Amino acid sequence: MSSSRAVFKERIIKQVLTVFAFSSLLFLFLIFAFILVEGLPLFYKVGVKNIIFGMKWAPTKGFFGIFPMIVSSFLVTFGALIIGGPLGLGCAVYLAEYAGKRQKLFLKPALELLAGIPSVVYGFLGVLYIVPFIRYFFGGSGFSLLATSIVLGIMILPTVISISYDALMSVPRSYREGALAMGSTKWQSTWRVVIPAGKSGILASCILGMGRAIGETMAVIMVAGNALKIPGSVLDPLRTLTSNIALELSYASGDHRMGLFSTGVVLLSIIMVLNYFANVVIRRTVIK
Amino acid sequence: MMRKLAPVLLAGLCLLAAGCGDARKKGAYVKHVVNIAGSTSVMPFTEKLAEHFMVERPTFIVNVQSGGSTAGIQACMNDTVEIGMSSRELKADEKKLGEITICLDGIALIVHPGNPVTSLTLSQVRDIFSGTLKNWKDLGWIDRSIDAVTREEGSGTRGAFEELVMNKQEIDDGIMVQDSNGSVKEVVATDPYAIGYVSLGMVDERVAAVSIDGVAPTAKAIKKKRYKIVRPFLYLTNGAPAEDAQAFIDYVLSKDGQVLLKKEGLIPAHEF
Repeated sequence: MSSSRAVFKERIIKQVLTVFAFSSLLFLFLIFAFILVEGLPLFYKVGVKNIIFGMKWAPTKGFFGIFPMIVSSFLVTFGALIIGGPLGLGCAVYLAEYAGKRQKLFLKPALELLAGIPSVVYGFLGVLYIVPFIRYFFGGSGFSLLATSIVLGIMILPTVISISYDALMSVPRSYREGALAMGSTKWQSTWRVVIPAGKSGILASCILGMGRAIGETMAVIMVAGNALKIPGSVLDPLRTLTSNIALELSYASGDHRMGLFSTGVVLLSIIMVLNYFANVVIRRTVIK
Repeated sequence: MMRKLAPVLLAGLCLLAAGCGDARKKGAYVKHVVNIAGSTSVMPFTEKLAEHFMVERPTFIVNVQSGGSTAGIQACMNDTVEIGMSSRELKADEKKLGEITICLDGIALIVHPGNPVTSLTLSQVRDIFSGTLKNWKDLGWIDRSIDAVTREEGSGTRGAFEELVMNKQEIDDGIMVQDSNGSVKEVVATDPYAIGYVSLGMVDERVAAVSIDGVAPTAKAIKKKRYKIVRPFLYLTNGAPAEDAQAFIDYVLSKDGQVLLKKEGLIPAHEF
C-alpha cells in the first residue's frame, strides 16, 4: 500500500516537473508567435526587400529600411569581438595554464562579478568616461562605433573567458606532457598544442560572445549616438537593431509599431543563426 | 526559517487587506470618472494635475493615457475619451473639436555653457539639423564639427521641431538621436561641441539656451509671440464637455492648476 503510494507520488512529481520543463518551450513558442504575428504583416505590406535592404528609416513617413541598422549591429559585434576576443582568450589561457591556485581563487569570482554587473551600469560608465575620452583624444562627438565596441568588448569578456577556459581545461593533460617532453617551453606547448586543441571551444565562446553583443540594448543606446546612417568611420555614431526597438517603442503606434516588430523579426533570425552555429561548433568539440 | 518569515508574511497580508478595504471604500462613493488620452508631451503634466485634482476632489477618478497627439485627437473625435490632449495645432478637418489652450511650451535650442555661440538664426538651425551646416567655424567659432542631437521618430518634441523649424526639410540621418529630453540635455551638458533641442522647462544652468533670430527663449518673449519655436498644449473636447470633464478643465485653468504648470517650466495660458 505504502509502496504503491510512493510510486504514485514519484509519477506525479515526474509529470509536474515535465510540465515545468516544457513550459519554457511554451514561452519560447509564444514569444516567437507574438513577434511574428506583429512583425510579419509589414513585410507583406512594404516588401521584404524594402525593409531588409531599405536605406531609409522614417516610419511615420512610410519608410522602413533597416539595412543601416543591420550593418551597424554587425559592426559593433565584430568591434566587440576584436576588443574582447584576444583579451578574453588571454585571460582564459592565463587561468587555465599559468595561474596558481591562489590567483584562480581570486580571479574566477571576480569574473563572475563582471558578468553580474547590469548593462545600464556599463553604459553609464561608458557615457561618463569612454565617450569623453574618445571625444578628447580622437575627435567626433565620442558617441561612436569605437565607444560601443569598447563597452561591448568588456561586456562579452565573462562569456568568452568562461567558455574558452572550459575548452582549454578539457584538453587532456597528456597533450601538455607530450609537448613538454619534446623539449618545448610552457608557452610553446600552450600556443602550439593546447590552444589548437581547444580551438572549437574557443570559437564557440566567440560566437556566444557575438550573440551577447548583438542582443545588448541599454548600454548600446547610451554610448552609440543612435544616428541612422551606416557609420563612415569608427568615430561616427550608429544605431543597432536592438536600440532601434527600445528607442522608439514608447511613442510608436500603427505601422511604426509594426516596423519595430519587423526589426525584432530580423534580430531574432540573426540570433537564431548565430546560436545554431555555436551549437554546431560546441557539438563538434564534445564529440571529439 | 518559518518563524523568521512569519512577521513578513503577516505584514504582507495586513497590507493586502488594507489595500482591498481601501479600494472597496473608494468604490462606494466614486461617481465621477474622466478619461484623458493623447500627446506624450502633455501627459506627464496632465498626470500631475490629475493627482492634485483627485486629492482635492476625492470623488473623482481621472485616467490619463498617452498615445500621441494624433491618437488623442482621434480618441476624442469618436468619444472614446472625454478629453484629448494635443501638443500641436489642429488641422483643418480636426477643427470641429473644441480646443482649450492650457499652456504654451517653448522649445529651446541648447548648447554647452562654454560655447561662445549664443545666437543663431532660424535658418542656421535648420541647416544644422538638415546636415548642410556641419562646422562651428561657419558660425564664427573654432574649426570643429557640430555634434547635433535630435529626438527619436515619434516623439512629440521632434514633431513640433520639424513643423516649427525644419519647414518640410528632413532631419539628416547622420545626426545623433536620444530618446528623451533628459538624455539630450545630458549629451549637450557633457559635450562642448553639441547642440540639441528640449522643452524650455528642462533648461537649467548645465546648458545654455541660444537666442533665435535675436530673441532669447524666455517666458516673456513667448507670451509676446516674439520667440517663434513654441507649441501649444491643448485639451480637446467633442462638443461641450461633460460636467465631470468640465470640472477637471476648470481646475487646470484655475490659479492652482496654472501655478502648477508654471512650476513645471511651462508658460501658463492665464496669469493670476
